[in-house]
Amino acid sequence: MSMQLEESPTTDGEVVSNYTINFGPQHPAAHGVLRMVMELDGEIIERIDPHVGLLHRGTEKLIEHKTYLQALPYFDRLDYCSPLCQEHSYVLAIEKMLNLEVPERAQYLRVLFAELTRISNHMLNIGAHVMDVGAMTPNLWVFEIREDCMNFFERASGARMHSAWFRPGGVHQDVPLKLLTDIGDWVDNRLPELFGDAMSLVIDNRIFKQRNVDIAHVSKEDALAWGFSGPLIRAAGIPWDIRKSQPYDVYDRMDFEIPVGTNSDCYDRFMVRVQEVYQSAKIIKQCIAEMPDGPICSDDRKVSPPKRGEMKQSMEALIHHFKLYTEGFHVPAGEVYVATESPKGEFGVYLVADGTNKPYRCKIRPTAFSHLQAMDFMSKGHMLPDATAILGAIDVVFGECDR
Amino acid sequence: MAVLHSAPKFASNDGVQDTLSAAMGANLLAVQEQHGELIFTVKRDGIEDVLRALRDDHEYQQLMEMAGVDYPEREERFEVVYMLLSVTKNHRLMVKLSASEDTPVPTVTTLWPNAGWLEREVFDMYGVLFDGNTDLRRILTDYGFEGHPFRKDFPLTGYTELRYSEEDKRVVYEPVELAQDLRQFDFMSPWEGAEYVLPGDEKVSVPDVDKPKVTESPKQTGAGPKADKKAAKPSGDAK
Repeated sequence: MSMQLEESPTTDGEVVSNYTINFGPQHPAAHGVLRMVMELDGEIIERIDPHVGLLHRGTEKLIEHKTYLQALPYFDRLDYCSPLCQEHSYVLAIEKMLNLEVPERAQYLRVLFAELTRISNHMLNIGAHVMDVGAMTPNLWVFEIREDCMNFFERASGARMHSAWFRPGGVHQDVPLKLLTDIGDWVDNRLPELFGDAMSLVIDNRIFKQRNVDIAHVSKEDALAWGFSGPLIRAAGIPWDIRKSQPYDVYDRMDFEIPVGTNSDCYDRFMVRVQEVYQSAKIIKQCIAEMPDGPICSDDRKVSPPKRGEMKQSMEALIHHFKLYTEGFHVPAGEVYVATESPKGEFGVYLVADGTNKPYRCKIRPTAFSHLQAMDFMSKGHMLPDATAILGAIDVVFGECDR
Repeated sequence: MAVLHSAPKFASNDGVQDTLSAAMGANLLAVQEQHGELIFTVKRDGIEDVLRALRDDHEYQQLMEMAGVDYPEREERFEVVYMLLSVTKNHRLMVKLSASEDTPVPTVTTLWPNAGWLEREVFDMYGVLFDGNTDLRRILTDYGFEGHPFRKDFPLTGYTELRYSEEDKRVVYEPVELAQDLRQFDFMSPWEGAEYVLPGDEKVSVPDVDKPKVTESPKQTGAGPKADKKAAKPSGDAK
């Protein structure tokens, strides 16, 4: 190698040894504020040292100073591409500690909106990944779908991104029937058409395959050892999906399949996500078809607030409302670790309660932490431009990684 | 207690506790089951052996998460919790140990490569040292940060803040200055045993019931001296 370099016409006889560059923190393909110190030998990556934490806001410490309900909106702001799925882990952790029953309709609504969030998250990732490796058009098309999802969130909760709509005991408000029929129409017609069109440009595209196939191959053993989860572990050929193996809410009633990869490269990770969108659409259809009528939140007044109409009539309801929104509810002492399948992988909440109205400790397991840590191992020996493809296929969001 | 919640359900704990307790042997200090989750407390120095046995002999292939917790009132104030997952047995469990600032915990980077960052995070946030971790740098806090922010005695606002200085044309670090105190409400009801005395509460002390109160002189009745006779006369204005 050094012989070639010495004779290289471009370096004018000078020997070039390994050199180090900074990838980020301000780089459009870094998907946020990631700084990677890369050691390169020519264009070959020798070593990567990712520096994370540039977006560290101390969410876990802030949560220790808030009541359980006040801490909920922080979860929207972690992975801001899949807000409702983060809330899902948190509310389930609280419900587990309280052993609180959630009405059926609320469970269906949560599953429906978690899957809608999954579609919206995958749209962002698929679009960004495709754009990272050079294609422009599909990103614009899949963002249309993401925009539709945002509109559905807005119609359900009033907010496009930071919904704070899942609550301990159920969901905040019921959805109008028209919203459900609109989602049904959208899933039947618009989504498959638009998404199918966008993907037809990418899936068999020669350039896209050249940039992704056989890039960052990870064996099953490595995927387990590095703590992979979500689409990355499925792309490695391990059919592991928490929705299926450890079902929560009404996922055990849903009929869906787990797409797995065969080659465990960036292309497989991409294709697993593409297939997951169709599976999510399938779950959404079932939710809409099977959703029963009924209450949307637990009637345990020590945890979930009464209806506003009730408050105008009943003194007790008024007191409950006041106590819940000032002091909040108390959670018995104990600790749980609850993990759900967020679009990016296993998103876990380790909650330690001390019997008061505030969490004693709330440790959030970000999906990106173990994936990004494997960046060095996955990129070794690949070319510099492959790093963007690998990063795109990891699907990392720094709000969540840095917390 | 019947399970009413709809949180993720994994394989049952039946028999797991006995099998694993036997496997951990002398390293096991305590075991408890809470909300259907098994938590093993082990000796600090034995953590690597315990986790190796769990990984190799009992199919807990993945280390999903490590969490630090701070209990300042304890002698060894920190707890480090390891969350393990078995994808073949579809089971989760937690293993934890305690440590203090100057008792290093043996590293588990020898077992799982992803333990590296997890240990770095616990070190960064709590200052727990990991013996054998070759790359124990800070991970989430700023370059050059001092202190361990998630300790319970570290203030929520921190000690320094940074802003862009128009004069210096660069970002400057300054001590935190709060325009208003951070509002911390404890929400404790005074009827439920708050640990402080509300203003005025000191007057509520029980009176001495053995000594009945008697009046011995007119002074003690609380009535003052007789009013001046002149004062009782109608004034000139009244005419």
